[in-house]
Amino acid sequence: MNFRLLRFGLWAVIAALSLFLVFTYANTRFGNKAEAVQLGAPFNLTDQTGAPITESAFKGHPTALFFGFTHCPEVCPTTLFEMAGWLKTLGDEGKDLRVFFISVDPERDTPDVMKGYTSAFTDRITGITGKPDEVEKFLKAWKIYAKKVPTENGDYTMDHTASVMLLDRDARLKSTIDYKESPDVAMKKLRLLIAG
Amino acid sequence: MRSFSRIAALALLATSVSFAAAQSHDHSAMGKGDATAMSDDMMEPVRAGDLVLSGAFTRATLPGAKIGGGYVTITNQSKEADRLVGGSSPAAQRVEVHEMKMDGNVMQMRQLKDGLEIPAGGTAELSPGGTHLMLINLTAPLKEGDMIPVTLEFAKAGKVEVQFMAGPANATSMEHN
Repeated sequence: MNFRLLRFGLWAVIAALSLFLVFTYANTRFGNKAEAVQLGAPFNLTDQTGAPITESAFKGHPTALFFGFTHCPEVCPTTLFEMAGWLKTLGDEGKDLRVFFISVDPERDTPDVMKGYTSAFTDRITGITGKPDEVEKFLKAWKIYAKKVPTENGDYTMDHTASVMLLDRDARLKSTIDYKESPDVAMKKLRLLIAG
Repeated sequence: MRSFSRIAALALLATSVSFAAAQSHDHSAMGKGDATAMSDDMMEPVRAGDLVLSGAFTRATLPGAKIGGGYVTITNQSKEADRLVGGSSPAAQRVEVHEMKMDGNVMQMRQLKDGLEIPAGGTAELSPGGTHLMLINLTAPLKEGDMIPVTLEFAKAGKVEVQFMAGPANATSMEHN
């Protein structure tokens, strides 16, 4: 009897441990219980229509932020196509979600350039640009890495953070979607964000 | 009592399996988009000495974009390695060999100044998200269906002109052309 009890006890311990592992994994993976992080700072930038935009644009609805530039050959168009796809898949479910594409290259990305670029993907993505020093402050506040890398003939390209940031209704960072994240996981994260 | 331990064992099994499934799901996500499958209806391969170039494609450019990518598979049938050192095209001011890579979540783009090695008896793939040709300062936007001539220059095989067919702006291979 003692032996049975011991065996049962051990199995129970192992089962509990496995469950704990799975839940911890699921939690960190999908961030459903993860604490939202307060990032960002007040800002004065310009949206793609040329109108001023401030931090209030990120409040009262779920928000997705993506950082890049229109001279970006690969990661930006790929991600923007994916984002357009997410919005389409979400349909009505995603009608409150607002999506912004913030330029890390404001010298070349004027509001007009941004508008022409984002509208090639969907009318649901709003481009944001602005004065270079204001953009730089913005990137710093959101902990976004962006660096100008000179190329031949006086040209340059940009290295930059390529994750999509998901913000809750209070503009706090809830989770991120990494470059090449599987569509399933991306949709799961978006649905969790929208569910609030 | 006995059935309890059975249930416990089953629970353990179930959780380990789901855990393993979650993990393997991760791996499949990471593997996604690594290689691009080429379809059967691709263009005739182009030969340059011992090199065979196939599946050349580019993408329609987005409004305002001044750069385009060039993607092609290069097979080297020689016993010696060759090297893609650069190129030129009437469609762009410059053609360079570039490498895109991720450093954590940061995307980095670099010109491969020494070019790209085409290993002896091996294959080099220029593909979206990896090493690719960069058509810089395009003379005109690339439109879907356009054929863009690009002359590639190899250290040993010399120069060869290849037609790059422009697919949709989000093309990942020639197969949808």
